[in-house]
Amino acid sequence: MSQQKKKTTIILFSGDYDKAMAAYIIANGAAAYDHDVTIFHTFWGLNALRKDAHAPVQKGFLEKMFAKMMPRGADRMGLSRMNFAGIGPKLIKHVIKKHNAMPLPQLIDMAKEQGVKLVACQMTVDLLGLKPEELIDGIEFAGVAAYLADASEGNVNLFI
Amino acid sequence: MNVEKVLDAKGLSCPMPVVKAKKAMDELTSGQVLEVQTTDKGAKSDLPAWAQASGHKVIDIKEENGILTFWIEKG
Repeated sequence: MSQQKKKTTIILFSGDYDKAMAAYIIANGAAAYDHDVTIFHTFWGLNALRKDAHAPVQKGFLEKMFAKMMPRGADRMGLSRMNFAGIGPKLIKHVIKKHNAMPLPQLIDMAKEQGVKLVACQMTVDLLGLKPEELIDGIEFAGVAAYLADASEGNVNLFI
Repeated sequence: MNVEKVLDAKGLSCPMPVVKAKKAMDELTSGQVLEVQTTDKGAKSDLPAWAQASGHKVIDIKEENGILTFWIEKG
């Protein structure tokens, strides 16, 4: 196939495990469709890109508060429904295993392996006080113009 | 029919059968046939849709004891 590749872009705004899972399943499917895929993470969606280990960085009081109150990494995200103070995610992970589906952290690894471009919105990274050291490797930092450049050529553009 | 490669995707859920099929197909050359075995009911619609969009051709589909088998020729 010599014609130009199709494009899929997804804005992941949500920090919910289930919504992020949907985004990453679509991203992996689109990559298998041979699309160029970009996931643009902004606001709570940035938590999907956080390392689950604590990273030693210098922060102010507010930034520390934000870091404490947000889930550190994809595996610690809550559900958009039936979260039940943390029991919901445990239940979901149990049924994911039972049905041999892929949990979110593996979906993210698979997306990286398939060459999905993972982008962190620089402005919200700053707002939430996140430091590059706290985010996983292999991601890019960009703003609205870079997103629009991709999306204006996109065949599938989603906001999740 | 000459099957070049057999992909066992049994037990895997969406999106894995399609992701694995794409990976397996990348290793074949045009005209070669990939056999995909899956137990994912959604694959019945997924794999033909993926094949068509990617320029491949589904030659045959068989369903037996809950196992779906696809033969897909690389385009």
